Amino acid sequence: GRAPNSAVRSFCFRGGAELLFDGVKKHQVTLPSQPEPWDIRNLLKWIKMNLLKERPELFMQGESVRPGILVLINDADWELMGELDYKLQDQDNVLFISTLHGG
Amino acid sequence: ETAKRLRFVPGLVYIDEGAVCGQSPAQREQNLAQMEALLQETGFPYYLALELPGSVLRRGPGAAGEPCPSYKVAVEGFIQQRRQEAADGDGDTSPAGLSTQHGPGGDPAAPRARLPAAALTAELLRLFEAAETLTAKEELLQMLRSHLILHTARTRGYAKVMTGESCTRVAVKLLTNLALGRGAFLAVDTGFVDSRHGDVTLVRPMREYMAKEIAFYNHFFGVPTVITPPLSTKRREKTSIHRLMESFLLGLQVDFPSTISTVYRTGEKLSAAPAEAGSELQRCLLCLCALDIAGGECWGRGAGAGDAVPTHHPSPRRPESIAAFIPLLCYSCRLTFKEMGSPAMLPPYVRAEAQHRSCRARMKEQIQEFLLEDDEEEPGAS
Repeated sequence: GRAPNSAVRSFCFRGGAELLFDGVKKHQVTLPSQPEPWDIRNLLKWIKMNLLKERPELFMQGESVRPGILVLINDADWELMGELDYKLQDQDNVLFISTLHGG
Repeated sequence: ETAKRLRFVPGLVYIDEGAVCGQSPAQREQNLAQMEALLQETGFPYYLALELPGSVLRRGPGAAGEPCPSYKVAVEGFIQQRRQEAADGDGDTSPAGLSTQHGPGGDPAAPRARLPAAALTAELLRLFEAAETLTAKEELLQMLRSHLILHTARTRGYAKVMTGESCTRVAVKLLTNLALGRGAFLAVDTGFVDSRHGDVTLVRPMREYMAKEIAFYNHFFGVPTVITPPLSTKRREKTSIHRLMESFLLGLQVDFPSTISTVYRTGEKLSAAPAEAGSELQRCLLCLCALDIAGGECWGRGAGAGDAVPTHHPSPRRPESIAAFIPLLCYSCRLTFKEMGSPAMLPPYVRAEAQHRSCRARMKEQIQEFLLEDDEEEPGAS
């Protein structure tokens, strides 16, 4: 069977956030299996290391997203789901929407 | 039971800023095509970009203009006006590198929108290159955009313009403008009603909705959007006051979720100064607000070529010198202007209007002693 912690995950960027990712709005990736659970915190670390081509500070601040970037987990505000601590599950979709003026 | 909603037919304006935001002509064409498709789907009349005569900088009559009966008549009127202005010698008038207008979807005779001549775009880019700071660039862009919107409204016969600033953006703008020296104009810059132009009133109906709410709405209701890159350069540069303030407020908002709304509500308490009898000499050339500083006095550090000497009389100067412009500008536009390089780079319509006003000021000075002024002094004042 499949290693317990690896999975295909999809996430999307909108509102200008996609400009930081070569304009690609929808991403589907296979996250490698690892002992730590794949929560949003680790997902962001992974995105920063593997997808952000330039200027990571335009997307992230510390271990979270930059203020002004909304995170929706399955169309719900991540503030309702535990923010960084939310553990990704099968079929989850994560959407990042930028509301920032300057990118 | 009569409906209590306002009934009107809105038109839509889209201004392509792609050139100054670093987009290639191909990207801009694609962008315009996407926008056009989107605008056509709404079924409302829409306008893509325009050219600007000098008269846009003159305050319109206080009464609302009569709405034009039809698009064709409006185009006729506009073309007539342009011919008149060409005859008057306003000359080449397109500064902002923006192209022909386009009509509502049903008009087969209207030309498809195309990008403007490369020469005009190059001029526009030179203007922006000459701006030394990102702050000055942002202010310049806003100025050009608002002139264009104003002109579109006037020539199409619209008495009101609605812009979509969110609560978040209004709060950021409030503090940004404070930092830029526009404290005197906070109410018009961020309030619900902005009536500085006289004949066209600007309203901001979205100013009570947070950017987050709007983003969620757009997502849930599948509102189609076209994203364009912001004004910036790829290089890591010092940021602008605008960006700095946005970061500051949004950063605070994370830990103190009432930040934005508090700033907004404080701003709501400001009210605009009552409209003054505005001869054009008393309005800023660029932002069109009432001048908040008299004559040629310059406050603050006297940086800039040859304009540090305070003077109350606009004495004759070379028309294109920085010093000739200073008396025509409000305090914050002077600061922006000093970071914009040579005045010769400014769009022709701005220079033409500046010259017009300088002439009027000189004339007025010459006949000053023969004029009967309203007595504004209190009895007993010296």
